[in-house]
Amino acid sequence: MTTTKSDLDAAPAWATRKAGGGDAVFKGTAFASACVILLALAGVFVFLSLKGAQGFTQPTEVYQRGYGDSFIGYVLPLLGGTVIAAVIALIIAVPLAIGIALVITQYAPPWLASPVAYVIDLLAAVPSVIYGLWGGLFLAPKLVPVYQWFHDTLGFIPLFGKVATSGRSISTAGVVLAIMILPIITAISREVFARTPRLHREAALALGATRWETIRMTVFPYGRSGVVSAVMLGLGRALGETLAVVMVLSPGTIFTIDLFSGSNTPSIAANVALKYSERSPGTLEVLIATGLVLFVMTFVVNFAARYIVARQERKFAV
Amino acid sequence: MTSLDQPTRTSSDRVATSMVSARLPQRAPLMVAGIAVAVGALCLLLGLGLVPAVLIGALVYLVALPVWSLSIEGRRTATDRMMTGLIWATFAIALAPLISLVWQVIARGVPAINSTFLTYSGFKTSLDAPTGVYHAIIGTLIITAGAAIISVPIGIMTAVYLIEYGKKNSFARTVTFLVDVMTGIPSIVAGLFAFAMFTLLFGPGYKSAIGGSVALSLLMVPTVVRATEEMLRLVPDDLREASYALGTPKWRTITKVVLPTAIGGIITGVTLAISRVIGETAPLLLIAGATDITNTNPFSGDMTTLPVLIFGKRTSAGNEDIIWGAALVLIVIVMLLNLVARVLGKVLSPKQG
Amino acid sequence: MAKSIDVSDLDIYYSDFLAVQGVNMTIRARAVTAFIGPSGCGKSTFLRSLNRMHEVIPGARVEGKVVVDGQSLYDPMVDPVAVRRQIGMVFQRPNPFPTMSIYDNVLAGNRLNSKKMKKSEADAIVEKSLRSANLWNEVKDRLNKPGMGLSGGQQQRLCIARAIAVEPQVLLMDEPCSALDPISTSAIEDLIHELKSDYTIVIVTHNMQQAARVSDETGFFNLKATGEPGHLVEFNPTKKMFSNPDEPSTEAYISGRFG
Repeated sequence: MTTTKSDLDAAPAWATRKAGGGDAVFKGTAFASACVILLALAGVFVFLSLKGAQGFTQPTEVYQRGYGDSFIGYVLPLLGGTVIAAVIALIIAVPLAIGIALVITQYAPPWLASPVAYVIDLLAAVPSVIYGLWGGLFLAPKLVPVYQWFHDTLGFIPLFGKVATSGRSISTAGVVLAIMILPIITAISREVFARTPRLHREAALALGATRWETIRMTVFPYGRSGVVSAVMLGLGRALGETLAVVMVLSPGTIFTIDLFSGSNTPSIAANVALKYSERSPGTLEVLIATGLVLFVMTFVVNFAARYIVARQERKFAV
Repeated sequence: MTSLDQPTRTSSDRVATSMVSARLPQRAPLMVAGIAVAVGALCLLLGLGLVPAVLIGALVYLVALPVWSLSIEGRRTATDRMMTGLIWATFAIALAPLISLVWQVIARGVPAINSTFLTYSGFKTSLDAPTGVYHAIIGTLIITAGAAIISVPIGIMTAVYLIEYGKKNSFARTVTFLVDVMTGIPSIVAGLFAFAMFTLLFGPGYKSAIGGSVALSLLMVPTVVRATEEMLRLVPDDLREASYALGTPKWRTITKVVLPTAIGGIITGVTLAISRVIGETAPLLLIAGATDITNTNPFSGDMTTLPVLIFGKRTSAGNEDIIWGAALVLIVIVMLLNLVARVLGKVLSPKQG
Repeated sequence: MAKSIDVSDLDIYYSDFLAVQGVNMTIRARAVTAFIGPSGCGKSTFLRSLNRMHEVIPGARVEGKVVVDGQSLYDPMVDPVAVRRQIGMVFQRPNPFPTMSIYDNVLAGNRLNSKKMKKSEADAIVEKSLRSANLWNEVKDRLNKPGMGLSGGQQQRLCIARAIAVEPQVLLMDEPCSALDPISTSAIEDLIHELKSDYTIVIVTHNMQQAARVSDETGFFNLKATGEPGHLVEFNPTKKMFSNPDEPSTEAYISGRFG
């Protein structure tokens, strides 16, 4: 138990005897809860390591059922799929999220700003399985003409190689991921934009800046690090999202940078969901080992993002 | 547009520059928008699809207004007008998938919904018995309730510790930071964790609802902590001090004064947290299994939730009704929870409570 | 060519709330005009309506006329952005852009209009503006340091330098010394005296001694009654205002009997 006492705990000796018992129990329970959370986080790491340790050193044929000859050979193509989908998602979502955050904080009149914010929050409320369903069955075929156009006009770029007729490609997965991470990036950008001091905005306006120039002179420099961390949180989410990728992508076994083809390797998370029911020995251990890789990767990204936010809060704390 | 002053000129011979500059009429954006809509409609009539027509219309607006502005008002105003258009466009673009998705789910889901759909399980007791998603609705409720039972007390008590006891000490700061980081744990990792833990403890092949609840609570706890923390921070210190001044011990102050004051916001936060995990799929695939039978025992046997049902049935043909119907039921539950959360938040907000 | 400002029958609203009613006055060119009055009487609101800065607050609007050099500011053909370039403003609290250096702060307004400025031109503007703001000697060796690193009074003079770098016709000052210590205040007051020869200056102040020290003409604003809009009670040369005002309520306020 901690011995830390806040100022308010200090009470004269005659008072503490009666109240002390209840206080100690209550405080102990609260402290224990906080410890449970830390234990859970440590537990994630410990149990994944315990169970996944064997996943790093399976016989070659276990890995060959997947994507390579060794654990590295198995996980690298999956990492490639994970990163490509997440990067596509970011490329689409970041400009949109910044734009929407500007609509809410700078452009929309007050009566409109909160409905706009609410609609974007609704995007976050939709379960990922429904995004997957919609993305795989409805959106994917609709995107084929777009992909075809890219292929026809920019086909000389290796990224825009053959187009899957079903549209179930890593790009479609990226588009769906973009919609899913949009609310996260918007919410945090919105918060930092709204905190731009009015004095700075007025200083720019009084110099004769247009609205856009005011935003560039005051809102963006002020919110830069906040937006960076928002993007990283979005990245963390996109790296770890499972359903939207599984249900949208028709997975292949080879890593390719063909964004529109139907043969990309899935992401790590999607691979787990695709393979968990295989009963062959060793597979589960390998999957858990890849899960450990994903956990460490997202932990680092989120850690960095939160660190930037925390630093920013200290910097502007009054 | 004001003419450019020569910056090196001394101030005494500054040239008076006019404040009147050529401006587009105030209705200019409306006029251009009208033209853009007309062009879009024309494209629609000429047989283009709805999406290309809308895109062409938007493009007409985003090009025409800045060009017009550039010719009359100058570069800066033209840029401003273009950015205004682009920034509003981002919102319109974000709106499109939401509308499309909700429309798809409703249009395809409503025909599937009837009384047997909601009251029969997926298990056929006889060849001609109807099937439904009853088992998955029950499973969803049990597993989510399990997650809430685990994470709500832990979450609230942790927040109480962080705000009421651990103010500023380094342990509390670490917990706060790690809770933030935890919000980013991928759901599949939570599932793998629960799977690894339960199979290590109870042997391979173990499946049960409680495992799913544990996995979900890992995702839910950080949300509950954050929401509660925020609400506790809103409780003014005056209230706490007023209670101490009456000789009330700290723990009774927290349970009788602080928590009741913040309860509205906490309930809202918890409801939102539930609505987030109720749609989770990935962890449950691994640990809670899938079945067509209604299982009400959270400690043994497979249990299916709505999201898992949707995921499991999506590949086999002939299940369209079931998956879209289940999707509709799920989205209605989630939206209802969201609505309830907002209403509770309004009704029970600390200012009035 | 500093400009005079003619205000006639000006009403200022926030949505439906009438904040200031029926102001008529002529603000002389190359002179300092001060507005005094109790808190909440609308003098800052009125000041902000002179360069259309009050429009920044959603729902704010104006009825009546503000004419500068024969041009009505609220004419539909007038661009508020151009107005603000001609009529600069200094705020209550110093507000240099936190992400910019001293040098970039001074040039912030100029850069909006001419993207490509020769280094020598830019240097000249910075030096001239900082000299006019009596800040050059204090900062000339650290022009590339952030503006936020200066003291409050220096920051405020930096803001004045930034405002005059775009060579406006009029300089509006909204309680420019209220956040400053007495020494910085006196530095700013000296500066106002010097700037008077080039600019039309309008200053809102809570400090009647300051109004008496720096201004040539003074306007006294007051609420007609609690909950009623603010209005201009009296507008006269400062000497007359402080020795022999026309209105008894002005005398009451100045002598400290209310407000």
